[in-house]
Amino acid sequence: MKVFAAIDVGSYELAMKIFTINAKSGLKEIDFVRHRIELGTDTYRNGKISYDHMNELCSVLRDFKEIMRSYKVDDYRAYATSAFRESENAEIILDQIRNRTGIDISIISNSEQRFINYKAIASRGEVFDDIIKKGTAIVDISGGSIQISLFDKALLVTTQNLELGILRLRDRLGRLQPSSIHYEELLEEVIDDQLIVFKQMFLKGRDIKNIIVVDDYVSVLLKNHKSYKENPGYSDRENYFSFVTTILHKSTADIARKLGIAQENASLMLHSAILVKHLMEAMDADLLWAPGVTICDGIAYEYAENHKLITLEHDFEKDILSCTDDISRRYLGNKKRVEAMERIALTIFDGMKRYHGLGKRERLLLQIAVKLLECGKYVSFVGVGECSYQIIMATEIIGLSETEREIVANIVRYNSVEFEYYNVLGRRTTLDEKSYLIIAKLTAILRVADGLDRSNKQKFKEVKTAVREGKLFLSVDTTEDITLERGLFGEKAKFFEEVYSIVPVIRQKKRF
Amino acid sequence: MSAEINYKDPSFYMNRELSWIQFDKRVLSEARDKSIPLMERLKFLSITASNLDEFFMIRVASLKDMQHAGYKKKDIAGLNVSRQLELLNAETHELVSQQYSTYNRSLLPLMMQNGIHVIEHHEDLNKEQGSFVDRYFEDNVYPVLTPMAVDSSRPFPLIRNKSLNIGALLKKKGKDGAEVEFATVQVPSVLQRIVEIPAKKKEGERFFILLEEIIERNMDKLFLNYDILCAHPFRIMRNADLTIEEEEAEDLLKEIEKQIKKRQWGEAIRLEVEDGIHKQLLKIIKKELKLSDEDIYRINGPLDLTVLMKFYGLEGFDDLKIKKYEPQIVPQLPPECDIFEQIRKGDILLHHPYQSFLPVVNFIRQAAKDPEVLAIKQTLYRVSGNSPIVKALAQAAENGKQVTVLVELKARFDEENNIIWAKMLEKSGCHVIYGLVGLKTHCKITLVVRREDEGIRRYVHLGTGNYNDSTAKLYTDMGLLTCSEMIGEDATAVFNMLSGYSEPLSWNKLALAPLWLKDKFLSLIARETAHAQKGKKAHIIAKMNSLCDVDVIAALYKASAFGVKIELIVRGICCLKVGIEGVSENITVRSIVGNFLEHGRVFYFENGGNPEYYMGSADWMPRNLERRVEILFPVEDEKLREELFHILQTQLADTMKSHMLKPDGSYEKVDKRGKKRCCAQDEFCVEAVAKANKFLKPDVSKERVFIPEEHHE
Repeated sequence: MKVFAAIDVGSYELAMKIFTINAKSGLKEIDFVRHRIELGTDTYRNGKISYDHMNELCSVLRDFKEIMRSYKVDDYRAYATSAFRESENAEIILDQIRNRTGIDISIISNSEQRFINYKAIASRGEVFDDIIKKGTAIVDISGGSIQISLFDKALLVTTQNLELGILRLRDRLGRLQPSSIHYEELLEEVIDDQLIVFKQMFLKGRDIKNIIVVDDYVSVLLKNHKSYKENPGYSDRENYFSFVTTILHKSTADIARKLGIAQENASLMLHSAILVKHLMEAMDADLLWAPGVTICDGIAYEYAENHKLITLEHDFEKDILSCTDDISRRYLGNKKRVEAMERIALTIFDGMKRYHGLGKRERLLLQIAVKLLECGKYVSFVGVGECSYQIIMATEIIGLSETEREIVANIVRYNSVEFEYYNVLGRRTTLDEKSYLIIAKLTAILRVADGLDRSNKQKFKEVKTAVREGKLFLSVDTTEDITLERGLFGEKAKFFEEVYSIVPVIRQKKRF
Repeated sequence: MSAEINYKDPSFYMNRELSWIQFDKRVLSEARDKSIPLMERLKFLSITASNLDEFFMIRVASLKDMQHAGYKKKDIAGLNVSRQLELLNAETHELVSQQYSTYNRSLLPLMMQNGIHVIEHHEDLNKEQGSFVDRYFEDNVYPVLTPMAVDSSRPFPLIRNKSLNIGALLKKKGKDGAEVEFATVQVPSVLQRIVEIPAKKKEGERFFILLEEIIERNMDKLFLNYDILCAHPFRIMRNADLTIEEEEAEDLLKEIEKQIKKRQWGEAIRLEVEDGIHKQLLKIIKKELKLSDEDIYRINGPLDLTVLMKFYGLEGFDDLKIKKYEPQIVPQLPPECDIFEQIRKGDILLHHPYQSFLPVVNFIRQAAKDPEVLAIKQTLYRVSGNSPIVKALAQAAENGKQVTVLVELKARFDEENNIIWAKMLEKSGCHVIYGLVGLKTHCKITLVVRREDEGIRRYVHLGTGNYNDSTAKLYTDMGLLTCSEMIGEDATAVFNMLSGYSEPLSWNKLALAPLWLKDKFLSLIARETAHAQKGKKAHIIAKMNSLCDVDVIAALYKASAFGVKIELIVRGICCLKVGIEGVSENITVRSIVGNFLEHGRVFYFENGGNPEYYMGSADWMPRNLERRVEILFPVEDEKLREELFHILQTQLADTMKSHMLKPDGSYEKVDKRGKKRCCAQDEFCVEAVAKANKFLKPDVSKERVFIPEEHHE
C-alpha cells in the first residue's frame, strides 16, 4: 500500500487529497482538505500573485505538509494551474514556496490539466464508458477557463478551451458594475457570445446527448441537493433548468441558505449553474452527469498509472491520437498518406530502439508529428514546415505538456526546414538539451519515413527493418517503380546518418 | 383545519426562565421525597441552591442587562424583559421559601432524629460548647478575619460576589451620643463552614454549628472599642457574567455596545439576609448596594444552602445515603482487550454511568501507544481536574503521533482550568486549536487514524457527554464506538473544518450545527408529519436536556396537529406546552430527575415503519442549533437500535422519578395507579450489572455436568 498526496493549487482554492493506492482496491480517498484563496483574482486583474497571497499559500502548504507527515505519505505531486500559468511572477513565487515550505509545485499546461481531469472522470470506469457511447461533452469548469471535450462513439474527438472560467467571468462582469437586476442577463449574454462561435466551429453535425460536468459547485449540488436524492450526480434537462430558475435574482445569502452552502461559495455557484445551463442549451443535451471528481483524483490516478500501481481500464493514448486526427482533419490532412507514413515511421522507431533509447511517450510524439506533418499546407504550399509549426504551437493537443507540443512542432518543422543545432535552437526556445535530443532523433526518423513516401503514393505496403554493420536496411515490399524514392532518399537520409551514425538503405524485395 | 393555525403564537409557549424554575422545583421535590435517604435529600436541596445561584448570575443578570439596555423584543412567550423579571421575582421568592420550609420543617427535624444536631443560634450553646467554640474562634478563625468598619474616612468596602458576610452596627464605647457605624466581616471561605462540636454524651449524637454563628458570637473581639448593637449575616449575588449571554438575539450585542455606559458591571442583583435583620442595618446595605426591595430575600435559616453538601460529605452516615453505584464493565470491551479489534467486530454502544467510562479513556490510551496509529483528533469541552484523557493525548504526541485537540475555552466557569492543560498539551507537541470564532465547539468526537494492512482505517467515538471521567460517573450519557467508513470520512471532515479548512462538499452520516443540524431536525419532524398525513403510523421520541427552539417546537406542534405521536423526555427547560387543543394534544413531556443527572440526547423517528435512531450533543435550543458546533449521528446497527429502543421505552415507563408536564405548565409526578413500579435509572443499573456478570462469570452450569461412564461391552 502506498499513501499519496495530491495538491492542487487552483485559481480560487488550494486543495489536497490523501489517497491510499493498492493494487487490489485501487485508489481510495482518505482525506480532503480545502482552503479558499482567490489567487486568480490577483492574476486576472494585475498579472501577478500578490505578496499576501504568497504568504497565505506558504502557511497553508506548511499545514499540508504536516498533514502529509501525519499520514506518513510516501509521495506527493503538487500542480498549479491557470492562476500561476498566467502570472508574470510565477517562477519567483514558486521558488519562494519551495524554499519556505519544501513543497515543489509544478505548473501544468491547460491541456495537461484538462487531461488529468479527464483521467479522473475516466477512472470512474463503467459508468463513464457507458455514458460516452452516446455523443457526450465533458465540460470542465475552472476559475480561469472552461474546457469542452467532445466524444463521438466512445472516442474523444476534440477539445477546446474557452475563457469562460467562473472567477474570470465574475471578475470581468464585476468591473462593469452592472445593476444587480441585470447581472444575470449580462452574464448570460457574455456566455452565449462565446458559445455561438464554438457552436459553429465544433458542434456542427454532432449530436450531443450528455454533458459530464467537472467543477466545484454544480457537482456538489447534484450530489447533495434534495431534489437529486434519488439519483445523486445526475439530472435531466428539465429538472436542472427549473432548479437554476430558483436561484436566479437572489442574494448570495439567500442562495447560501437555500442550498446549504457557505455564503462565500454562493456567487461562484450561481455563475457555475448559469454557465452549465447555457452549455446544455447550446448543445441541446438531455442529461447532466457530475462524477464529483476533482483534479486531485486525476493527479493520483496519473501517479498510480505512471508507477504501475494500478491497471488501466481506458486507453488514453488512443484519445490523444484521435484528437490529433481531428486536428489533422480540420486542416485537410491526407488520411491515406498519414496512415502509410505512420506505419513506416513507427516501424523505423521500433527497429531502432536499441540505438535511440527512447520510450513509449516519444513514440507517441512521433506519431502525432506524422499526423500533423502537413497541416501547414492548409495555409500555404510554400514554407509548409514553418506554417505547420505555427499551427501546432497555436493548437491545444490534449494530454501533451507545452514542452511536448513544442517538441512535436519542431519535429514537423525540421522535416522540411534545415535542422538547427542546440546553440541556435536553444537560443530561440526554452527547450532543454534532453528535448533537443528527442527532436533530433525523431526528426531523423521522420525524414527517412518522409523520404520513403516522396511520391505521396504510398507505394510501400510494408516495410521491414534490420540493422547490420552500421546500416539500417529498409526492406520494402512493392512492385511499383521506386526510382523517385531511391533518387531523393540520400538527401533525407543524411541527417539520420548524422544522428545515429547508421546509414539507411532501401532494399526492394522483388516480387515475381 | 390546521393550516390556519399559527404554531408560533406566543400563547402556545412557556417562558424559558419560568420553565427553568419549574425544573429547580422538581429537584427540590426530590429533597422533599420521604422515600429518599436523608443525606441524598440534603444533597438535592443543596443542588437547588447552587442551581439558583448560577441562574441568578447568568440568566437574571442577563435579563437585567437587557433591561438596562432598553431591549424591547419579546421572548418566545410574548413577554417583554420587565414582565419576565416581574414574574421571575415572584417565582424565585416562592422557590426560596419552599427551600427553607423543606429545610426547617422536614430535613432539620429528620437530621435531629438521626443524631445530627445543628445548633442554629449561638445563643443556644451550653457553657461547655460555648467555650469550645470560643477557643475554636481564637485559634482558627480570628487570624484569618478582616473586619472592616465604615465611617466618613473609610468607604463602603467591596462585598464579594457569593461571599457570606456578617454585617453589624457599632457604637463607640462609653460615648452615649456617638453615631452608629456600619461594619462588616467576610466569613472566610478557606475555613470549613460547618464546625463539629465534640460531645461526650451519647454514641451517635453529633453536634454542629455554622461558622458564621461562631463569628457572630465573638463579634466584640473584632471591634474592641465598640459596642455591638446587632450582627446579622448577609450575602449578595452580582451580575458576574462578563461575557454577554449569547442565547439572546444577535442584535442584543449591538444594543448593549451602544448602551455600555449605562451598564453597571458587577452590579448587585440579589441580597439575602437573615430574617429578622435589624432594620437600620438592612437599610444601610440596601442603600450602599443600590438594591430595590424585590431583590431582597429574607431567609429563615442559614444563608447559602450549598453548605448542606458538606453534611453529605461527612464521614459515617452511610446508612443515610444511597449505596454508591460502581459503573460496570462493557462486555464487548473487557479490560485488557484490544479495543480496535473489538470495534472492528461491530459498533459498540456505551451507556454511562451504568457502564464504565474507562473504555473511552482506554481507547485513547491504546491509540497513544499503538505503533500503527498515525493520528488522534479530539474535541475537549470540559475535562476533569487530573484528566487521564489529557495525559494520554500528551503521551501520544510524545510518541510521535499527530495529535490535534480542539479545546473549547469558552466553556463557562472552566476557562482558566482549560487554559492550563491546553498549554500543557501544546508543550508535549499536540496541535491545539482554541475553538472557533463566534462558535462554541460543543460536539464530542474522537478520531483515531490507524494504518492497517488493508489500508488506512478510522476509528471514531461519538458521544452525548463531555470527555470527563468524573462527571461520567454522575451524568447519564451515551456513546458510540465505530469504524464505519462513512462516519470515519465525516469525522475527518469535522476536524478539517475545525482546523479552519473549507467545509466538506457533503456529509455521509453526520449532521452538524450550526449549519445543517437544525434543517436536519426540521426535515425529520416534517417527514413524520407527512407520514401522518398519509395515514401512516408516525411517532417521535426525543430525549434531551432542554427544549426551547421556536422553530422546532412549531414543527412539533404541526406534527402533533396532524396526528404524530410525540413523546418527549426533557430534563430541564421546556418551552413547549402540552394539551393545547388542536395543537399539542398528541404530545407528552416528561422530566426525569434522579440520582444521576440525565444528560443524553437520543432521538427516534418512526419513518413509516423504518425507524431511524440518532444521538448527539445538541439540545433543541437556539444556542445549540445556531451558535455551537454540534454533531448528530445515526445509530444503524440493528442490535444497538434495539438497545436504544429499550432504553427509551424504560424511561417512558418510569413511574418513580418522572414528572409529567401538565397543560397548565406545572409538573406532577407520574400517576402510579395501574402501572408497574419502575425507576429507569435503577433498572439500568441492574441491567448493567447483569450484563457485566454474565461476561465475568459465564454460565458454568453446563461444564458442571458429570458424565456417566458408559458401559462398554
